[in-house]
Amino acid sequence: MTRRLIALLLLVASWPTLASSFTIEQLMRSLAAHPGGSVRFVETRHVAVLDVPIVSTGEMTYTPPDRLEKRTLTPRPERLLLERDTLTLERDQRRMSLRLGNRPEVLAFVDSIRGMLGGHHQALERNYLMQLQGSPQRWVLTLYPKDHEIAALVQRITVAGQADQVRSIEYLQADGDRSVLEVEPVKP
Amino acid sequence: MRPGAWRVLLIWLAAMLAGVGMVAQSRFTADMSFFLPSDPTPGQQAMVEQVREGSVARLLMLGIEGGDATTRATLSRELKKRLDADGAFEGVQNGQSDIEASVREVLLAHRYLLSPAVTPERFSITGLRQATDDSLALLASPAGMLIRPHLLEDPTGELWALLQGLQVGQQPDAVDGVWASRDGQRALMLAQTRADGADTDGQQRAIETARSSFEAVRQELGVPDARLLVSGPGVFAVQARETIRSEVTRLSLLGTSLIVLVLLTIYRSPRLLALGLLPVASGALAGIVAVSWVHGTVFAITVGFGLALIGEAVDYAIYYFVQAGRIGAAAWQERFWPTVRLGVLTSVAGFGALLWAGFPGLGQLGLYALTGVLVAALVTRFVLPALVPDGLPVRDLSPLGRRLEAGIEHLRHLRWPVLVLALVGMVWLVQQREGLWQPDISVLSTARADDLALDGQLREDMGGPDSRYLLVVKGSGQEAVLQQVEALTPRLEALVEQGLIGGYDSPARFLPSERTQRARQAALPDADLLRERLTEAQAGSPLSASRLEPFIQSVAAARDQPLLRAEDLQGSGLDLLVGALLMEASDGWRAVLPLHPPPQAHEAGLDGQRVAQALSGSGALFIDLKGELDSLYDSYLGEAVWLSLAGVALVLLLLVLTLRSLPRLLSVLLPLALAVVLLIAGLHLAGERLHLLHLVGLLLVVAVGSNYGLFFDRTAAGHGLEASTLSAMAVANLTTVIGFGMLSFSTVPVLHAIGITVGPGALMAFVLAAMFSPGGPRP
Repeated sequence: MTRRLIALLLLVASWPTLASSFTIEQLMRSLAAHPGGSVRFVETRHVAVLDVPIVSTGEMTYTPPDRLEKRTLTPRPERLLLERDTLTLERDQRRMSLRLGNRPEVLAFVDSIRGMLGGHHQALERNYLMQLQGSPQRWVLTLYPKDHEIAALVQRITVAGQADQVRSIEYLQADGDRSVLEVEPVKP
Repeated sequence: MRPGAWRVLLIWLAAMLAGVGMVAQSRFTADMSFFLPSDPTPGQQAMVEQVREGSVARLLMLGIEGGDATTRATLSRELKKRLDADGAFEGVQNGQSDIEASVREVLLAHRYLLSPAVTPERFSITGLRQATDDSLALLASPAGMLIRPHLLEDPTGELWALLQGLQVGQQPDAVDGVWASRDGQRALMLAQTRADGADTDGQQRAIETARSSFEAVRQELGVPDARLLVSGPGVFAVQARETIRSEVTRLSLLGTSLIVLVLLTIYRSPRLLALGLLPVASGALAGIVAVSWVHGTVFAITVGFGLALIGEAVDYAIYYFVQAGRIGAAAWQERFWPTVRLGVLTSVAGFGALLWAGFPGLGQLGLYALTGVLVAALVTRFVLPALVPDGLPVRDLSPLGRRLEAGIEHLRHLRWPVLVLALVGMVWLVQQREGLWQPDISVLSTARADDLALDGQLREDMGGPDSRYLLVVKGSGQEAVLQQVEALTPRLEALVEQGLIGGYDSPARFLPSERTQRARQAALPDADLLRERLTEAQAGSPLSASRLEPFIQSVAAARDQPLLRAEDLQGSGLDLLVGALLMEASDGWRAVLPLHPPPQAHEAGLDGQRVAQALSGSGALFIDLKGELDSLYDSYLGEAVWLSLAGVALVLLLLVLTLRSLPRLLSVLLPLALAVVLLIAGLHLAGERLHLLHLVGLLLVVAVGSNYGLFFDRTAAGHGLEASTLSAMAVANLTTVIGFGMLSFSTVPVLHAIGITVGPGALMAFVLAAMFSPGGPRP
């Protein structure tokens, strides 16, 4: 599985760049123009000490500019709400609120997703070195954390998409664990 | 001088010397105990304890402004280092994450003693599977990053559960690794003082330490524009004391100078002036002695109130000099002393009513004033004649009196307009009665608006360490209290479940009772048994039993682990948390559990009645601090109403017994009643926020103002009102108005309220009494 993904990544990386002038700025503009909406997601977490990856599924809703809701349905219902600078996690009828800025690891997660969805070029640039490959139709953006506190947790984030749609986000953690979030737009 | 006079003088001198000796020994205080009830209900008692020694009262909020974010973070770290090393503080928090790491370490090392989830069922086959499944599900969530590093030694997720317990209180943002305000422009710190909240000196030292340490750090780092903001109960206590002290000194000096100036203008004799101040000084001294004797401590506010008394007590000497100067001491004692005596008695009746106040400040004011007036009058009656047997040649004040009489003649034309005005005022006040009295105890606070704003700002930045609702549990020892708290826990969890409360803090969360810790140890299976169960439990799970050897070792070690004691928490920050919630008091141990309102009801607070009901019979006392304060103020206000009415009734009784004539009684009372009505209406119209001290002020207006009516009444009684007596009254009134009126410039609400009420009130009482006096024969 892992090997296949890496192969896929290599393939993606060497994608013939038809439109070589395609820049991160262009991508960001097209992402920023996306009106938001709901997607279904499947998240696969590969943890070294586990024999099989953990899969969770659910729905994500993005409302520009800064509201992101992630509703996990399986295996355990959970609701993650990111609204402006507050992250709320609801689980087992418990509610946890985090003000961002307290936790670099959460910030890394939040900034990558929100930055991508909103096309916040500057927010992304502040925290990551970015590398773009592909064409406006099929692109892969790789982010490497600049901050050493974030880098202690996440080695690399790889985002792949088609046009203004993000299709997958892959986190490669510093400890080798990896998680892949694949999203599928909900057909209206 | 007669031999009797010598005796009187000697007695007076001895008494004064003894008084000075006692005053030198007296304790003076300017703290908030002025406002704390002398006879509290259990709820108020608990509130008072919180105010005096609770952790909330010992918490200082610090804010650092200026420089850039990194500089502020460095200032914050350096300041913490210095304050940690200083004995004035028990602990300082600034959000530094190394603290968080040490908390995590302590929790991880003691997780099987600490976690409420540790039960025999948890370590059964199904329990283990359930717990590890939960952890795996959590691993899929963003929160999973927190448990992933410890998955193999803690697959049941005890650390996660404990960390969640820590999350009950909200935490501020962090910028550059230390707490900062929402806008990031201010670094934030919390410092717990070692000194109790009631120990104002200790609070002052701690605040000064914080400021001077900051100054040192600031200079060391060379940040010229950085500044430190400090707020918290201690700051308010220290400021209140400073305000009271400086104002009492300033206003006393100013008021005394003015009164001296008036007296000098009238007497034109330094000797008379000195003699005239003798009764006042004696009265003030006696007042302090009496208060110190009865209450043990003298409030600075009481001393400030003494200023007002100077204006009142000086009157007797004025009457004596002006009147006896012309007719001699013996004739004065016969002709005027009865009227002065009645005036003294009405004042004593008014002040005396305050002696029964449960509001200790009020009781002191009453006792001080009563003693002061009584002694001043006695000194005037017995000591002054001994010193100046035949009076002294006082300037003839008759010309002034005649001018006044002419003025009063004009005033008499205004009787009807004034009556109509009072009637209108009365009707208006009846209409306005709902909003007339301030229902909030905060009106008595000396805190300045901008300081309150800063406090609110820092509190909001800190994520509001709200501490309005508390649960107090008492017990004979630490273990007993902790066991009681643990017995309460299921009920509290039920309340959280029902949404009645949002959460609670508990000392047992991080320091369980020994009994509970032992029970948890007993719930842990030995290594072989656990290994066996895990093999079965984890069959088919992504997390196979073979990987869980670190878990088995941890559990085995926890079975014989020494029990967690308070000392083990030291340095982790948890010791502060537990120390704030669990303390030894004079009568045993006490746990204080703050209850947090549910998130959606943060503004409205929680349903205190239902919470109290749900916890009834548990032995814990539910306290709503704001509610207690409000009820305290309500009870003070209610009491002030009754005491004022009683005082007025006493004054009435005295007048009835002395005057024995309905028309005379009415002629004394009518101007008083008009003065009171016009005064309340005037204050309300001027936007003055009326509270219970204004009410007390009204009582004093009646007690003091009736004196004028009594003198004018002499006219009606056929004695005639000498022009010189009228002048003496005017001067006496002027000094009273100055004495009390000066207090109205105070920013201390207690003093201001009395000043703004009695100052103008005394003037109105005099003018109205003159206006409604019959134009009698003149000598």
